[in-house]
Amino acid sequence: MKSTTAAPHREEIKPPVTEIGVIGWIRANLFNGWFNSLLTLAVLYLLWLIVPGTVKWAFIDSVWLTGSEECRATDGACWSVISANIRFILFGFYPHDLQWRPLLAMGLLVALLFYSRERSRWNKMLAWSWLVGLFVMGLLLKGGLFGLTAVESANWGGLPLTLLLSVFGLTAAYPVGVVLALGRQSEMPVIKSFCVVYIELIRGVPLISLLFMSSVVFPLFLPEGVTVNKILRAQVAIILFTAAYIAEVVRGGLQGIDRGQYEAAESLGLNYFQTMRLIILPQALKIVIPPSVSILISAFKDTSLVVIIALYDLLKTTQTTLSDPKWMGYSAEAYIFVALIYFICCFAMSNYSRKLEKELDTDR
Amino acid sequence: MQAETISDTHPIIEIEEMHKWFGDFHVLKNINLTVHRGERIVICGPSGSGKSTLIRCINRLEEHQRGRIVVDGIELTKDLKNIEKVRTEVGMVFQHFNLFPHLTVLENLTLGPIWVRKTPKREAEETARYFLEKVRISEQALKYPGQLSGGQQQRVAIARSLCMKPNVMLFDEPTSALDPEMVKEVLDVMISLAREGMTMIVVSHEMGFAKSVAHRVMFMDDGEIIEENEPEAFFTNPQNDRTKLFLSQIL
Ligand SMILES: Nc1ncnc2c1ncn2[C@@H]1O[C@H](COP(=O)(O)OP(=O)(O)OP(=O)(O)O)[C@@H](O)[C@H]1O
Ligand SMILES: [Mg+2]
Repeated sequence: MKSTTAAPHREEIKPPVTEIGVIGWIRANLFNGWFNSLLTLAVLYLLWLIVPGTVKWAFIDSVWLTGSEECRATDGACWSVISANIRFILFGFYPHDLQWRPLLAMGLLVALLFYSRERSRWNKMLAWSWLVGLFVMGLLLKGGLFGLTAVESANWGGLPLTLLLSVFGLTAAYPVGVVLALGRQSEMPVIKSFCVVYIELIRGVPLISLLFMSSVVFPLFLPEGVTVNKILRAQVAIILFTAAYIAEVVRGGLQGIDRGQYEAAESLGLNYFQTMRLIILPQALKIVIPPSVSILISAFKDTSLVVIIALYDLLKTTQTTLSDPKWMGYSAEAYIFVALIYFICCFAMSNYSRKLEKELDTDR
Repeated sequence: MQAETISDTHPIIEIEEMHKWFGDFHVLKNINLTVHRGERIVICGPSGSGKSTLIRCINRLEEHQRGRIVVDGIELTKDLKNIEKVRTEVGMVFQHFNLFPHLTVLENLTLGPIWVRKTPKREAEETARYFLEKVRISEQALKYPGQLSGGQQQRVAIARSLCMKPNVMLFDEPTSALDPEMVKEVLDVMISLAREGMTMIVVSHEMGFAKSVAHRVMFMDDGEIIEENEPEAFFTNPQNDRTKLFLSQIL
């Protein structure tokens, strides 16, 4: 490296000691001014009130792998409510001795997701692996082939159901949303008005009402004898709902693209689909990564609303456990556990989106 | 350069009695223009006179409402296939470069050949490197447009058009968004392109450029082509008062 300073042997001047290191940091950030000092002291006092008690409750006085009698005897947290009911919380009414199957399916899903996180691995092979993987997961859950005992989808529940609804829901909703956003920008009035009406209609009703409609109203329109699986109906409702929100976010991204980009693409002779796929969408979708992820995260959490149509997702199995007289009253522990699972998933999503954003940043 | 020999060959662009409106606003009025293969035309005129709109009509970035535009034997109508075909034959360079910021320089150059001309990737990259060499920025092939200076970006944009092997190149004020010290590097590329006989229509107020490469210079005002002539005569002896006024302002 070339030095641009005039004096080559000038001594390096170090910053004054008080501005670096721990003390410097504390001074600069916590005690700069009487108001901030007061605030810091107040917060410290609050922490002092809360933290020791919480630690005592959660770790010192707590019981972990016991029956419910021991729980009654202690003042601390009863984590046993989870360990004793873990299989029901995670798998619901799935036959007890077949629960390795949903476990394996989830393992496969996580492995595939984990492997797919590097963009450099996105190729045809991976797409095929996903297809095969999804087929295997479905087979594991449903059974009925290759000597696997068939399991009614009415018995599916817990975490696999939550993951099923959200992974499929989100991956299907995204492309649908993109198509809706493009449709809304279309110059063809029929397509445009269909998309506008659809988006506004769906955004105008709560997800709960869509779920109700899918489970109560929709079957009324089917010819007699035809039934559509309840999970599938909920799944479609989630997809349709999320897609409308995705569409609006993507539309925002599309509006952020300079007209010159369209013109440059068109003047090369690219057709509409090529222009969109190669030039416009890659840029527009990049802009909307943060709001898209917000939508995906909230959609993921919203899958818990399927309880109202009596599907046993993770939250519902937890509730059911807590309604057992033996374990009644330990809802704090159980819900903390469920919250933790949700948090891990959501945090992974938002972390990943940040990584993706950084990788796609080609502006400098 | 001799304009005489060129006008013998058959025309590559023919515009006849063409009109265009933006809503009620009559932007282009009765435009008649014939461009022969290898001919180079510079269009100048005050802001808002319709220069950009005129050349954008030639590759149908704007639609005309009356008259005919025929490019390389293909008439521009609503037919999308024809429009796409014309666009592959006509290269366009914009004032603000309009490079694709999410693609590397090389990818910017190979996109058109690969997707429109269905050239194999290897071959498209070879062509791309050849043209990058030509505009003298081969060392930037793997950078992103955002990492280049304005002059470099505009040269990449020219190379991007050339990779499609166009028969005609349209330039819409290619140097007016550039810092003064970068204007020359872009003009040099355009001049060497002219030397090779490329058919060019250039909207520009660079009079030096016009004098050295143009066969004809045209003056547009208020949506009409008011005057056209060989560069020498155009600059030294303008006929129309509005041309005189305009030239006195920019020279
Ligand atoms: N999309 C549009 N809709 C409506 N009016 C337009 C549109 N594009 C251009 N105009 C108008 O048409 C006229 C001609 O525009 P044009 O861009 O062709 O001018 P120009 O000669 O290229 O000017 P400049 O030197 O400023 O680039 C201007 O008055 C402009 O306001
Ligand atoms: Mg212009």
